[in-house]
Amino acid sequence: MNGFGWAEIALTLALTVAVAFPLGAYLARVWQGGKTWLDPVLRPLERLVYAGCGIKAARSQGWLGYTGSFLAFSAASFVVLYLMLRFQNLLPLNPQGFAGMSPDLAFNTAVSFISNTNWQAYVPEQTLSTFSQMAGLTSHNFLSAAAGIAIAAAVARAFAADRGEGIGNFWADLTRISLYVLLPISLVIAVAYVGLGEPQSLAAHVTARTLEGGQQTIALYPTASQEAIKQLGTNGGGIFNANSAHPFENPNAWTNLIEIVSMNALSLACVVAFGRIVLARKDARALAAVMVILVAAGAGAIYAAETQAPPALAAAGVDTAVNMEGKEVRFGAPSTAIWTAATTGASDGGVNGMHDSFMPLGGGMALFLIQLGEVLPGGVGSGLYGMVVMALIAVFVAGLMVGRTPEYLGKKVEAREIKFAMLAVLILPLSILGFAAVAAVLPVALKGLANPGAHGLSEILYAYSSASGNNGSAFAGLSANTPWWNITLGIAMLLGRFAYVVPVLAIAGSLAAKPKLAATAGTFPTDGPLFIGLLIGVVLIMGGLQFFPALALGPIVEHFQALQMVAAR
Amino acid sequence: MTMTTQPLGDSRRKAAALVSSFSAPMLARAARDALVKLDPRELTGNPVIFATEIVAILATLSTALAIANGGDWGFAVQIAAWLWATVLFANFAESIAEGRGKAAADSLRASRVTTSAKLLTGHAGAIVLTPAHKLGVGDLVLVEAGDVIPADGEIVEGVASVNEAAVTGESAPVIRESGGDRSAVTGGTTVVSDWLKVRITSEAGNTFLDRMIAMVEGADRRKTPNEIALAVLLAGLTLIFLIAVVTLLGLGAYSGVTLSPLVLGALFVCLIPTTIGGLLSAVGIAGMDRLLKVNVLATSGRAVEAAGDCDTLLLDKTGTITFGNRMATEVIPAPGVRAEHAIEAALMASLGDETPEGRSIVELARTLGQAAEAPAGAEIIAFSATTRQSGLTSGPKSWRKGAVDAVLATLGLKAADMPSELAGAVDRIARSGGTPLAVSADGALVGVIHLKDVVKPNVKARFADLRRMGMRTVMITGDNPVTAAAIASEAGVDDFLAEATPEDKLRLIRAEQAKGRLVAMCGDGANDAPALAQSDVGVAMQTGAQAAREAGNMVDLDSDPTKVIEIVETGKQLLITRGALTTFSIANDVAKYFAIIPAIFVAALPALGALNVMGLHSPKSAILSAVIFNALIIVALIPLALRGVKYRAIGAGRLLQRNLLIYGLGGLVAPFAGIKIVDLIVSSLGLA
Repeated sequence: MNGFGWAEIALTLALTVAVAFPLGAYLARVWQGGKTWLDPVLRPLERLVYAGCGIKAARSQGWLGYTGSFLAFSAASFVVLYLMLRFQNLLPLNPQGFAGMSPDLAFNTAVSFISNTNWQAYVPEQTLSTFSQMAGLTSHNFLSAAAGIAIAAAVARAFAADRGEGIGNFWADLTRISLYVLLPISLVIAVAYVGLGEPQSLAAHVTARTLEGGQQTIALYPTASQEAIKQLGTNGGGIFNANSAHPFENPNAWTNLIEIVSMNALSLACVVAFGRIVLARKDARALAAVMVILVAAGAGAIYAAETQAPPALAAAGVDTAVNMEGKEVRFGAPSTAIWTAATTGASDGGVNGMHDSFMPLGGGMALFLIQLGEVLPGGVGSGLYGMVVMALIAVFVAGLMVGRTPEYLGKKVEAREIKFAMLAVLILPLSILGFAAVAAVLPVALKGLANPGAHGLSEILYAYSSASGNNGSAFAGLSANTPWWNITLGIAMLLGRFAYVVPVLAIAGSLAAKPKLAATAGTFPTDGPLFIGLLIGVVLIMGGLQFFPALALGPIVEHFQALQMVAAR
Repeated sequence: MTMTTQPLGDSRRKAAALVSSFSAPMLARAARDALVKLDPRELTGNPVIFATEIVAILATLSTALAIANGGDWGFAVQIAAWLWATVLFANFAESIAEGRGKAAADSLRASRVTTSAKLLTGHAGAIVLTPAHKLGVGDLVLVEAGDVIPADGEIVEGVASVNEAAVTGESAPVIRESGGDRSAVTGGTTVVSDWLKVRITSEAGNTFLDRMIAMVEGADRRKTPNEIALAVLLAGLTLIFLIAVVTLLGLGAYSGVTLSPLVLGALFVCLIPTTIGGLLSAVGIAGMDRLLKVNVLATSGRAVEAAGDCDTLLLDKTGTITFGNRMATEVIPAPGVRAEHAIEAALMASLGDETPEGRSIVELARTLGQAAEAPAGAEIIAFSATTRQSGLTSGPKSWRKGAVDAVLATLGLKAADMPSELAGAVDRIARSGGTPLAVSADGALVGVIHLKDVVKPNVKARFADLRRMGMRTVMITGDNPVTAAAIASEAGVDDFLAEATPEDKLRLIRAEQAKGRLVAMCGDGANDAPALAQSDVGVAMQTGAQAAREAGNMVDLDSDPTKVIEIVETGKQLLITRGALTTFSIANDVAKYFAIIPAIFVAALPALGALNVMGLHSPKSAILSAVIFNALIIVALIPLALRGVKYRAIGAGRLLQRNLLIYGLGGLVAPFAGIKIVDLIVSSLGLA
């Protein structure tokens, strides 16, 4: 630990927040269908999409209609993607000549990409054709991100409505967010990446002669374009198995900075846009503050954990103050710490280090940040609506203490909202702990485990947390490409995405229909430090505490065991 | 009927009430009821306590098994016993809250004597004695002095004084007469003098008294909207912790930890929010009980809760904001007249005037030092609608006071003849909403009296409190807008409705509700009924018309229009108490984790001993202590649940800060100390 490290973490976060505000203002205009400076180019394109797909953009849908559209879109996406992966050998642009995926792997991968998870149970450069990468996965990197942001827009409209019925048009939202936000920004970032040295090529690979005179085949892919949307849309699925630790995906400190900032900026921008649409900018800033404070705390904890001398090494007399195992030398501990907190807090899942090789508490913190519900600042769109669910619960629990039926942003929080909020909150523990508990005693599951003991349990917990939280990062150490893991992790991803979104949209429908109440002196304040503190408490206690027993058996006991082992020696 | 020992009486002093609520027979009755409530069917409405009971049953079975197998059962018996205690304590909390209502209901029931009524049949004057419970709606009965009125009804003929203590607890009789707003009588009350002919308006079994008994007893207590939402939250938390605990079987097995079902059950019960789950219904019942203590009957818990949510209070000017009568506040002498002389004239002109205004002038003069009495043999000139003045004549001397133009006319003066200082004063008084009276002595104008609608001394502060809590006050008055504005600004209300008709009131309520606001009001006249029915909290006066009492969702037995403010505060207190206990309950979990998690894992994974931050004696004592703490905290908080968290009008922000500090942070820290203390006791007694 040193001042430079802390400053790097602080500056990266500050830069992310600084980018999020103007981006949020722009996003709000896109949500409202307002004018943007890209209109001359994109408006005709937008009209073309509407005309071609028969979308009546002006017709606002009720929550059931919106949910139905979202589910139908996702289901159709799944079917198409599944078939594409399964039969990629029959499709064009397969210079490497890869075979089609197995059914369970295709299921897992298709679910993974339509749910914005990007869990990869395969080694991409040894499995995926260029066509599958570009037409299949990259397109869903855009669309699944756009769908998440669309739902955030619907939630924002619900809070803004006064006895309203509609929460927007899903198809129009999907189109506008893809066209006006994701495409242009990705384009700019991709060009920057190319400038900074990332490859962008349709060629299969280059062959290099090594110093020893051997031959090495190096896969290329259109990396820069994929990398841009991978981070911007909190997707995280890498072109290469090593993800952003790979020198093509993340060659230097500059690309590293852009990747970190771009993986949190749009999620935070959703919060800013929410505040603008709901006319509650201060309240939205409070939500953003909770996200930033917790992710900063997570980054700090990881940095602190990773810059302790590993007990076993210290005991062996090795002079090292940093646990460099699993870290890229070109990034070092602070860059890896802030990246790890950002990617696990944000449901991105791209990694620039191997979480499996972190100190127990460092890896445990990454695990915990995912388990907190991917709201820090969470996936694009999903982070916002996840945090709104936590805010509704916080307001309900403590709001009664001001002597009124709790209100949040002018909407009364009543039994119906609480019912759906609790349903949503139940999903993570059910999926994470439920699957993990079964896997932990099932020989067929345990076969994939690389490590015994507490570390092995961490690997199991991490896999299901990552899938259920739609994060997609891997702890590694787990050979997950087996039917058991592919299918259960696929189900976990489905639960984490869809079993969460449906209650959220039900809440939106219920809130939209309610009258919008004006705040009075008796209204529970949801914009100050008091609320920030309360919400942090609720996120930790109601969102995280149920994982404490499981964490105690995983990273926590591993930490104490390491200390004990050294002390015994 | 007197109910001095019951909440229905005037036992407003909270200390006394609290002592009575914990009297030995009541505690015994509550303990008995708590056992009856162990029937799982009784608990289905309360998911948390229901789950606790299931675990207690399972723990008992596993203990029995351990005993049968000759295993080590000392620890198991204790855990099972404390789990049962947790359920019993929760039941006890509810029973004790219900107990106070039951006691009140019993004494009400005693007053519902089986009486026979004098039924008037179609033939003039023919009286048939009929049992009260056989009377039907529309029957005409005669009630004479000493008779108990057999059922609720409307007076069609007669005037009588009626002792309504059976309903109000107030033993001073009130006048009831046919026509107007005092024509309703309540079954069970007694005619003290004279007689009444009453048309029965309610069926036997559905009288006001019957409904009161049902209400007080909580017979048809349904869950309020907030209670339902909270129950959903608690059920959700229970499920989450069920998942967390059950999955430990698999995770523990992987880690080589064998977990006994008993210990997992204990962990589960400690984590689920038993504190608020156990006290939730007690808090609701106690809220209604607190209203009962200030002599307000709510027809449903929903109404009490709505009271806390109210945004707009419609307050009648007369009686709520001002003392009903105009009072003299100053005497302004005419130019060249000594002040004492003017005051003396005002006094003399009022000595024979028995109206409240006249008495207030006498009172003002006395406080200003005038001791004069009426001369012997003085003739009292009474007020009349034609002369519009009154006074005293004693030989050659005469004093008059009255409407300014009337007094001037008697003196043969025109308005323009009035000295400009006096004319200015008259104008100023009228504009401020007061009434000027001219005073003359011996045929000369000597000054002007200022009669003022006096605003009650503490209302301004009260309204400021309400404003701080985000509530708008609207004054309703029949006065003209000028007068109304003056009083409104003096009283500090936010808005007023002048020259208000019942229709105006109704319109105002609808307009407020259209803005999403909840409205509270009180009223007594039959023409208030539509507005009372429309408002979210309608407080009818017990002395009011039957229609008003049926339209409102609360009845104030004291018939005090100021009460609506207290009702709102009680509603807020109810919600605050519920929120505080919920927050406390959830915050408690952190400490319980730190007590139990290391304890259940440490045998297989000694490294986790590091998590035993409280330094608890042994794994068994840690688990037992957490379970004991979890049970005892319910008992410890029963008084708070019944009394309610104090309500302070300090604004939502500061109120939240305060309560969050006490119940949130307190809830986080307190169990660390509590469990440690229990552990010290448990280990020193060698229990585990």
